[in-house]
Amino acid sequence: MSKILEGLFYSESHEWVKVEGGVAFIGITDYAQNSMGDISYVDMPDVGDELAKGDEFGAVESVKAASDLYSPVSGTVIECNAVLENSPEAINEAPFDSWIIKVEMSDESELESLMGPEDYRGFIEGQES
Amino acid sequence: METTLKQEEFKKTCLYDEHVSMGAKMSPFGGFMMPIQYEGIIEEHKAVRSAAGMFDVSHMGEIFVEGADAEKFVNTVFTNDVTRMSRGRILYGMMLYPDAGTVDDLLVYRVSGENRFLLVVNAANTEKDFQWLKSNSGGFDVKITDASDDYGEIALQGPDSEKYIELLGLGDCLGLQFYTFTETEYDGQEIIVSRTGYTGEDGFELYASPEVIRALWKKLASAGVKPCGLGCRDTLRFEAGLPLYGHELGESISPAEAGLGMFVKFDKEIFIGRESLLARKQSGCSRKLVGVELEGMTAVPRAGCAVLKDGRVIGEVTTGYHSISLEKNLCMALVETPYTAEGTELCIQVRKKVFPGHVCKKRFYKTNYKKQ
Repeated sequence: MSKILEGLFYSESHEWVKVEGGVAFIGITDYAQNSMGDISYVDMPDVGDELAKGDEFGAVESVKAASDLYSPVSGTVIECNAVLENSPEAINEAPFDSWIIKVEMSDESELESLMGPEDYRGFIEGQES
Repeated sequence: METTLKQEEFKKTCLYDEHVSMGAKMSPFGGFMMPIQYEGIIEEHKAVRSAAGMFDVSHMGEIFVEGADAEKFVNTVFTNDVTRMSRGRILYGMMLYPDAGTVDDLLVYRVSGENRFLLVVNAANTEKDFQWLKSNSGGFDVKITDASDDYGEIALQGPDSEKYIELLGLGDCLGLQFYTFTETEYDGQEIIVSRTGYTGEDGFELYASPEVIRALWKKLASAGVKPCGLGCRDTLRFEAGLPLYGHELGESISPAEAGLGMFVKFDKEIFIGRESLLARKQSGCSRKLVGVELEGMTAVPRAGCAVLKDGRVIGEVTTGYHSISLEKNLCMALVETPYTAEGTELCIQVRKKVFPGHVCKKRFYKTNYKKQ
């Protein structure tokens, strides 16, 4: 069973969001890394890029395919996780520790449209069946 | 095209129930619901390189051509030369359109019987090929039969393949060399055992009735041969530099551009596409298929990605992977001829970013075929 953390927000495209002082840390869920298999590359945006909720901001590569990443919130990219440049497999090993980008949110109310842990559990169970 | 079909409109191979019960991830391919992977592409890929794996390739088309003019006819539609081919031999080659675009790439077996050939073609092209053969057979005394539904096919691939062939009681096939075959019996029923494959490793391809194929599959599975899906079939053939129709070959890609000239025999006076292909060869192809190795940790180039030189588009990726055996990001690409020399530096655009690489041999992996 896929791991889901309390206290995070989740998108239907399997990104998670952790909020700390107006900044959204964004990564992909355990379910997402599991279904992709071994990750070989993470394509990240540039610091300073403006993202609207739902914008593609990069991609995660595995043997099978590239999966696009979509921003669950609007805002400005303030940092990309440099660790992933040389160790993309960190996402497989610890998906919830391996944030991909930090976004300074422009509209925190957007978080309300995301799923909580319980809703996300129901959502992936629906996808698995 | 395929996504517009409903699931029930896809054909099933004779091993469909086995795949589902063994937990394979199924997906449409070539008009069939096929296993893409069981455990995972990487595990399956490594099993074939280091031990043995088996693939259901029953979706492939089997077309028989027989009759007084069979040899002459096959030689007219096929780029390779079947006239000096003895029984038990297999030739790889293509069928071409008059403009030298490729109808399909295929294997031709000279099977038993007077003047009789088996053509093994790509699943998605079987009906097209069958119609192409029929429409070009005017004036030839030949009978052309699409026997695809009568045959299942298993590809047993990897360095341990011989061991499992012996275990099946087919030990008399161990003497087969690469690109030869024998027609024999398994459990009293007809079977074709062919020393061919699509992985770059030693191995065998077994053609038989659906009942026999199911029995063989179960026996191989219980002997511990790893069932493999089409996912790793593609990563394996890619590393070995083998073309896939629709990627490295196609209606607008000739064998000359794809670097398959050795399978075209211009000393034959006639074959469809000969004049156009010869003209293209003499004037020099404007583009050629190359291998490209990207430098360092980069995005994976995928089919359709642009190839750039000094910011200008000079080609397109046909297949690309993070190679499992070589642990590099590699691709095959059709590139303008002036940029095809080994070592030429170029770039590949993946999404919004551009990554540097250089031209290399497209046979990325050293193949291990059974040759004397």
